[in-house]
Amino acid sequence: MRYVMSKVGLFIVTLWAAITLNFLLPRLMPGSPVDAALGKLASAGVPITNAERNAIEVQLGVPHASVFTQYADYLRNIVTLRFGTSYSYPTQTVAQTIGKALPWTLVLVGVTTIVAFVVGTLLGVYAGWHRGRASDASITVGATFFGAFPPFWLGLLLLYVAAFKYGWFPIKGGYSPGASPSWSPSFLSDALQHSVLPALTLGITTLSGWVFGMRNNMINTLGEDYVTFAEANGLRSRTIALLYAARNALLPNVTAFGLILGAVVGGSVLVEGVFSYPGVGGLLFTAVTNHDFPLMQALFLVITLSMLVAIFIVELFYVRLDPRVRSAS
Amino acid sequence: MTIITAVPPPEAPGAAAAAVPGGTARGVPGPVRFVGRALRTLWSNGKARTGMIVLGLIIVVAVFAPLLAPHSPTAATFAPYKGPSGTNLLGTTGNGQDVFSQLIYGSRISLIVGLVAGGAATFVAVTLGLIAGYRPGPVDEVLGFITSLALVIPGIPLMIILAAYLQSRSVWTIVLVVAFTSWATGARVIRSQTSTLRTREFVTSAVFSGERMLRVVFREILPNMTSLVAASFFAAATAAVLAEASLEFLGLGNPATVSWGTILYAAEQQNALLTGQWLMVLAPGLAIVLLMVSFTLINFGVDALSNPRLREK
Repeated sequence: MRYVMSKVGLFIVTLWAAITLNFLLPRLMPGSPVDAALGKLASAGVPITNAERNAIEVQLGVPHASVFTQYADYLRNIVTLRFGTSYSYPTQTVAQTIGKALPWTLVLVGVTTIVAFVVGTLLGVYAGWHRGRASDASITVGATFFGAFPPFWLGLLLLYVAAFKYGWFPIKGGYSPGASPSWSPSFLSDALQHSVLPALTLGITTLSGWVFGMRNNMINTLGEDYVTFAEANGLRSRTIALLYAARNALLPNVTAFGLILGAVVGGSVLVEGVFSYPGVGGLLFTAVTNHDFPLMQALFLVITLSMLVAIFIVELFYVRLDPRVRSAS
Repeated sequence: MTIITAVPPPEAPGAAAAAVPGGTARGVPGPVRFVGRALRTLWSNGKARTGMIVLGLIIVVAVFAPLLAPHSPTAATFAPYKGPSGTNLLGTTGNGQDVFSQLIYGSRISLIVGLVAGGAATFVAVTLGLIAGYRPGPVDEVLGFITSLALVIPGIPLMIILAAYLQSRSVWTIVLVVAFTSWATGARVIRSQTSTLRTREFVTSAVFSGERMLRVVFREILPNMTSLVAASFFAAATAAVLAEASLEFLGLGNPATVSWGTILYAAEQQNALLTGQWLMVLAPGLAIVLLMVSFTLINFGVDALSNPRLREK
């Protein structure tokens, strides 16, 4: 229980620190993001009400109020999801824009991360168990190369070969133009087809993290006495590899989850941009290209918070995996 | 780097001290012999050797770019949007510049950003890691919290936001942003190693013999973690190369700079893939992959130095 409580405490403090960092960033930067944002809105012909002006000023920094007032207003706006107006999507609030995009990214990044974890870990177990042999070498060298692929570049290549040249998959977007998102089977299969290439790109480029982590943990675990003992007892090698070594080697790899998730999330920004995917990453891509500061700041907050929540869930899950953590409490 | 890590820790300070007089006796400065010995040991590792050869080739290309490039990378002397031909091996950009020459000159930026940003991130990581590991208590707690915060904040989105706010279109902005965002992993590893070494006998005896704290940290503890420092350098340099390419691809770099990232940006802007100029996308990406792979391969050798179980038999 103490482990859980300390994790909850750390989660809350980290959450606060991330929100505060998001408050400080635009204020510490040279120039005035507020003026830039208001100017962009005006030049886009969007009528700015006083409430919207106020929301943008609170999010990006108002010169005429004290820092503490600004901070209090900022926190209140976050709780009430008032992030101001973005000029990339002037007809809806930033919260609505992000709300529509979030499910796409959660499914894409979530499924990709789980599949990459399973495949990468199994490959790592295999390579570690067969270390020094040709299969180990080819897995290691392959993972090194694929891990070095810039995700957006692999995305471009897949787009060219599999979508443009041979037309196996649709070129752009998260669903066919004209279709409206629903839970109907036809829409879901359409969305699935559109998600194959982005998911493949993200999966291939983040696989190596799991492979190397697991392979190195396996090699370390295989040096332990209980593995030698199990071998001396004449257990089948598959039993030793999976039930003795891999089980223990898995633990350190789970703690690396946060880092690898960070890579998936970071990669998804550019990959979604390349594929014009309707998710959070694609939005950030648009926001950066348009210098859309209100949208950018809200997106960064949402991305960071999602990472924190995901890592928090994995840490709670860790209690189930590692009996030592349970007995210590 | 290498011999010191291979020696059991209690003897290590002796080995570190012996390197200096040994070097002066032969008339070669200690650090040079130190680096030479490190390179020799890395060379004996197959993967690291491949990585060093590839990195060496890229460095040669970068240094001799003016001799190797057939044309000027910036002069708009050709017809725009041309496909590959004898004069323009990889075609031309929308401004009529030779892509192949840009590819050769681009190695300079990627190398500089990788090495400088990697070095800066490692400097931050080593400083914070040593302080936190050597000063348990409140200092360690605070630094540890900052490190774990930096670890969970997604690096690429933070870099993108920072680069977008900063508005400056210089390569050095990218270096700064990358250094600011990719030190945390190294700091954590170095912190835990420092706190392990701090309680070892050779450090305790150095403290009791009256050595100053700075000397203990830099002469007794740091030389025992050279491989960890090198590992975090190559990891940060790899991340820096990828980050630089990503930021430039997003248009957050200076489009006038000739680099692999800006070639990809230009290719995306002129829809090179749809117009059949796929080489303009393939070539700079492959160059980035090669540079990153060379760093990673060298890091395999470095990893094997600090963890004997990972050594090749």
